[in-house]
Amino acid sequence: MSPIKNNSQGMSVIVKTVAKFVVPPIVLFGIYMVLHGHLTPGGGFPGGVIIASSFILLTLAFGREVAFQKLKRSTASLLESIGGLIFLSLALLGIGFGGWFFLNFLPKGQPLRILSAGFIPLANIAIGIKVGGGIFAVFLVLIMFRVKK
Amino acid sequence: MWQIYALAFLMIAGSLVAVHTRYLLSAVISLAVVGLALCVAFLYLQAPDCAITQIVVEVLALIILIRATGVEKDISEIRDKREVFVIETAVIFIVVFAFFIFKALNYLPQFGHPLMRVSQEYINKGLAQTGSANLVTSILLDFRAYDTLGEATVLFTAILGAIIVLREVGRKEK
Repeated sequence: MSPIKNNSQGMSVIVKTVAKFVVPPIVLFGIYMVLHGHLTPGGGFPGGVIIASSFILLTLAFGREVAFQKLKRSTASLLESIGGLIFLSLALLGIGFGGWFFLNFLPKGQPLRILSAGFIPLANIAIGIKVGGGIFAVFLVLIMFRVKK
Repeated sequence: MWQIYALAFLMIAGSLVAVHTRYLLSAVISLAVVGLALCVAFLYLQAPDCAITQIVVEVLALIILIRATGVEKDISEIRDKREVFVIETAVIFIVVFAFFIFKALNYLPQFGHPLMRVSQEYINKGLAQTGSANLVTSILLDFRAYDTLGEATVLFTAILGAIIVLREVGRKEK
């Protein structure tokens, strides 16, 4: 259960303990920023990067094995592709509903509610998934790459 | 207003240090100073969306660059002398660029007084047409969603290229 004691990889015990307490609020803040992108400053891109940075903190603090148990690189790449496809299909649904590319086809709702602004929250979620998975995948690729000797 | 000038001075100083320092790690940290000063400048210019994105991406890029430089043994000392021709070319280009940008900046509207009619249209009708309280998001994902799709494609292509170049499967043994 406890990867802190068993794993000798990663950084010191202080960093691991702090990271264990700090990672869940970071993920929560990222999700808040994605979901409230149409109400408050922020949106899909910074929210996705915040979620990806929490996984990066896990990777740096606990070593690559513990982080790979949470999210593999192939899963991260898959998340990025899925997010991009959701965003593109939202755009294409506008044509399907008898309009044009990127038609805001959902009802607008009452402003300043979380269920408002048509498909903008859905597009924010799609971009958040895409950016979070993509940034984490490129981090793993850039940092964890070692040439075998 | 003087805060913007102070931040601009800090950014110029940070980039100069990044260019002229002899060690890669110092250059990376000076670049981080430039990015953080840019974030504060965005806050002074009342653009919190840009400030949030800037600070998040800046911290991420700083982590990646610090890991990439290799902190344990920084052997990236630059010993070569700078060539005279390079410096002369750079000075000539800077002078030409400064002249033309001075000519161009005279035609811009004054600071803090936008005269653009398109943005005024968005400000007036954005909430009614999209229902989004955050006007930046309504422009990014409704009025200019096609640009956002292009931006997402650029990011996708960049990550695809990085994954393909740095892959582990299928690499030839040396």
